[in-house]
Amino acid sequence: MTLESNAPAGPLAEKWRKHKASIRLVSPANKRKYHIIVVGSGLAGASAAASFAELGYKVSCFCFQDSPRRAHSIAAQGGINAAKNYQNDGDSIYRLFYDTIKGGDFRAREANVYRLAEVSVNIIDQCAAQGVPFAREYGGMLANRSFGGAQVSRTFYARGQTGQQLLLGAYSALCRQIGLGTVKMFPRTEMLELVIIDGKARGIVARNLISGEITRHSGDAVVLATGGYGNVYNLSTYARGSNATAIWRAHRRGALFGNPCFTQIHPTCIPVSGEYQSKLTLMSESLRNDGRCWVPKNPADTKKHPNDIPEADRDYYLERMYPSYGNLAPRDIASRAAKRVCDEGRGIGPSGLGVYLDFADAIKRLGKKVVQERYGNLFDIYHEITNENAYEVPMRIYPAVHYTMGGLWVDYNLMTTIPGLFAAGEANFSDHGANRLGASALMQGLADGYFVLPYTIGHYLATVPPNSAPPTDHPAFADAERDATDRLRKLLSINGKEPVSTFHKRLGKVMWDLCGMARTKESLTQALQEIPKIRAEFWSNLHVPGDGDGLNQALERANRVSDFLELGELMCLDALTREESCGGHFREEHQHPDGEAKRDDQNFAFVSAWQFQGLNGTGQWQLHKEPLVYEEVKMTTRSYK
Amino acid sequence: MKLTLRIWRQKNKNSPGHFEEYQLDGLNPNMSFLEMLDVLNDKLTREGKMPVAFDHDCREGICGSCSLVINGEPHGPEYRVASCQTYLRSFKDGDTVVVEPYRARPFPVLCDLVTDRSAFDRIIQAGGFISVSTGNAPDANAIPVPKKIADLAMDAAACIGCGACVAACKNSSAMLFVAAKVSHLNLLPQGQAEKDRRTLAMVAQMDKEGFGACSNTYSCEAVCPKGISAEFIARMNRDYLAASVRSAVTSAAD
Ligand SMILES: Cc1cc2nc3c(=O)[nH]c(=O)nc-3n(C[C@H](O)[C@H](O)[C@H](O)COP(=O)(O)OP(=O)(O)OC[C@H]3O[C@@H](n4cnc5c(N)ncnc54)[C@H](O)[C@@H]3O)c2cc1C
Ligand code: FES
Repeated sequence: MTLESNAPAGPLAEKWRKHKASIRLVSPANKRKYHIIVVGSGLAGASAAASFAELGYKVSCFCFQDSPRRAHSIAAQGGINAAKNYQNDGDSIYRLFYDTIKGGDFRAREANVYRLAEVSVNIIDQCAAQGVPFAREYGGMLANRSFGGAQVSRTFYARGQTGQQLLLGAYSALCRQIGLGTVKMFPRTEMLELVIIDGKARGIVARNLISGEITRHSGDAVVLATGGYGNVYNLSTYARGSNATAIWRAHRRGALFGNPCFTQIHPTCIPVSGEYQSKLTLMSESLRNDGRCWVPKNPADTKKHPNDIPEADRDYYLERMYPSYGNLAPRDIASRAAKRVCDEGRGIGPSGLGVYLDFADAIKRLGKKVVQERYGNLFDIYHEITNENAYEVPMRIYPAVHYTMGGLWVDYNLMTTIPGLFAAGEANFSDHGANRLGASALMQGLADGYFVLPYTIGHYLATVPPNSAPPTDHPAFADAERDATDRLRKLLSINGKEPVSTFHKRLGKVMWDLCGMARTKESLTQALQEIPKIRAEFWSNLHVPGDGDGLNQALERANRVSDFLELGELMCLDALTREESCGGHFREEHQHPDGEAKRDDQNFAFVSAWQFQGLNGTGQWQLHKEPLVYEEVKMTTRSYK
Repeated sequence: MKLTLRIWRQKNKNSPGHFEEYQLDGLNPNMSFLEMLDVLNDKLTREGKMPVAFDHDCREGICGSCSLVINGEPHGPEYRVASCQTYLRSFKDGDTVVVEPYRARPFPVLCDLVTDRSAFDRIIQAGGFISVSTGNAPDANAIPVPKKIADLAMDAAACIGCGACVAACKNSSAMLFVAAKVSHLNLLPQGQAEKDRRTLAMVAQMDKEGFGACSNTYSCEAVCPKGISAEFIARMNRDYLAASVRSAVTSAAD
């Protein structure tokens, strides 16, 4: 199989414009003869579904929450990037493009990233017009803040609730279409299988989570905008329900999976406090604008009260190691630095797995009121969880799993290797390479949904005869439904002893310890032995109470964890195969003497795209490679020093 | 620590519900209330019983999924937090804690602690948007928004749509929710063109869904996890009155 990126030829800055001018169109009168299935109602799904409907397509949209407004995007705090250059500080489309490519450690596709930077400016216009209450200056103009990995101020925000406000904007556009009858919304409905007919994506099989009913939905194209898969690690900053089921089942049916091991570990999260813990809470990266990271120089001081440790005995390690970016070093670098100082025995807090994020200087410089205005809600969250007052004592933070750069492999048109199946937002692998910069996921989700898919899906649909959506009694639907129900029935009939949480925790621990911030050949080989064991025990000793004929949250979770147990194995296999360090993927064998990641462009300048070949005790996959050809930028060693 | 839980159990929408009592021991005061329910559910599963169903997702007070009534109070004893941000340190060792779903006619119970709040979505579908199709927007800085207005709109927009306001109100009024949504858009210059239509349509849908009238007791504001101010209700009432007058005048002129 050769992987065609389908990136158009020509100069980088012209590609998207030329592509838009030359791709196929569906005429306005024909659009209503096409039915698009959108799975997911986060930023990517809601914006895509609303935009398709505005164009005149018939749309069905699915989410597992009770309302599309509750998608995980709602939790994003810090902001969204755009190359508006409103601050006159030298920003440009090229600079945003370059920062993103470099931030991703030169493992993303150049043409996609340039397009992302290009449409970023339209996103802000669209959102402001929808009524997103972005932060403003006194003159009424939009305010910006800076984020990691950039030396300009290009991040737009709405207090600490940027994701919420952007999602409410996309949700309101979606609601308008639902009200108009052009989008049919299916909340509390989970996609279980993809339906493929004659090699093309033609529908889905889903489960109504309240009634337990299995339903079939037919269409002309399917968009998966189902978010990331970081809950493979069990503990993460994701919402509890975030899952990989939709993309994984599509992968099992032939869609290639791109760069599965590229996981982002976010440096500033509240440390784990106990066995019972169900999730980790992010403290927005924006805090690193004014907060300073430090640990005691001397391991003996780690149990002292932080305010009793004099300046001279503190190591502001990010400022020391990366003087030009300081506390705003990119996430992968900041996380690894935190791990390193903790490994040296200088970590703080009860577990020794923590560093301080200190606002004392900012409060001295700006006053408590300004700090409160900028970060008040984050300080409140911190207080609720830890019962500590960060205005007086430095915050304790530690890295946690936060984002997955990997996802379904897509071409320039965001189409997967299955014709008619598209992937958008965090569910695809496309734009962030081996590390995502802060405030770029919201940008990408909305770019995909508002400004890319509405064009590229027409390019595909123009090849499909109008009004040709297959009837749902087609044998392919029956087959897919059988697969879905067989799996549920199997889960319900194991009748073992352990609740699903037992297996999720065990998988999470293996993934975090052996395929987390630092990976080695040994650790990954070990993980590849342990995961199939956990999976086998899951299928023999799981207990899912109740039945499938109604709301059964244990069954939902078991079904999702059954997919994580397969995906985790692929992540480790990918990490083992990629014999280099890049971005969030740090192989200890491959580092420079100063501990920085050592990339190998000679041998690994490609996207790993894995093809599922079956499960027989262990998973079987075939690796395909999409070479990364850089026409414009030169791959250089990333330096933030 | 040790707690006795009295939890509402109800198989589905059509079956009657009842309270059941459970004992939990060895709890950590730093556990969240939902983590305590996780522990209970694992225990029930091991005993071969059905776990307790409850809505949750983000577990950090922003998605609005969680919706427990704890000891009679929506979202529990702490001020300005959602159920998922309630920690066991708010209770005393040995306490009995009563956990129920929202009780409000427009929010029917679906199973145990899970309710159907889709009425809120239908109110937004009726008019809670600015009609600007993708690609139509002018430059974001073309329309300046005074900081004060943007901040006030943000205060209203912070609503997470959890429905605690309805659950707390003896009339099951949705005024705080609707007022927050109406005010967010009506305050902004971008929202002016559809201001009247929006206000009338959303209020009409609210009535249609069976939410009660507001009798100004402000229990909604008291339980709101985001501290949405009841002043938005007065603001919406003004907008509503003006819109009604204007629409009467224009339809008379038609
Ligand atoms: C705490 C936190 C803070 C963040 N802050 C920022 C930030 O400041 N800036 C930034 O740029 N990024 C941030 N991110 C990342 C960003 O929020 C996400 O990457 C992004 O919102 C993902 O959007 P999405 O539309 O792809 O998916 P999601 O928002 O995750 O939506 C997924 C949708 O798919 C649905 N779904 C999933 N599976 C199924 C299924 N099987 N069947 C039916 N429906 C399904 C869900 O119901 C949901 O509607 C943050 C992330 C976290 C966790
Ligand atoms: S679970 Fe999201 S607000 Fe409580």
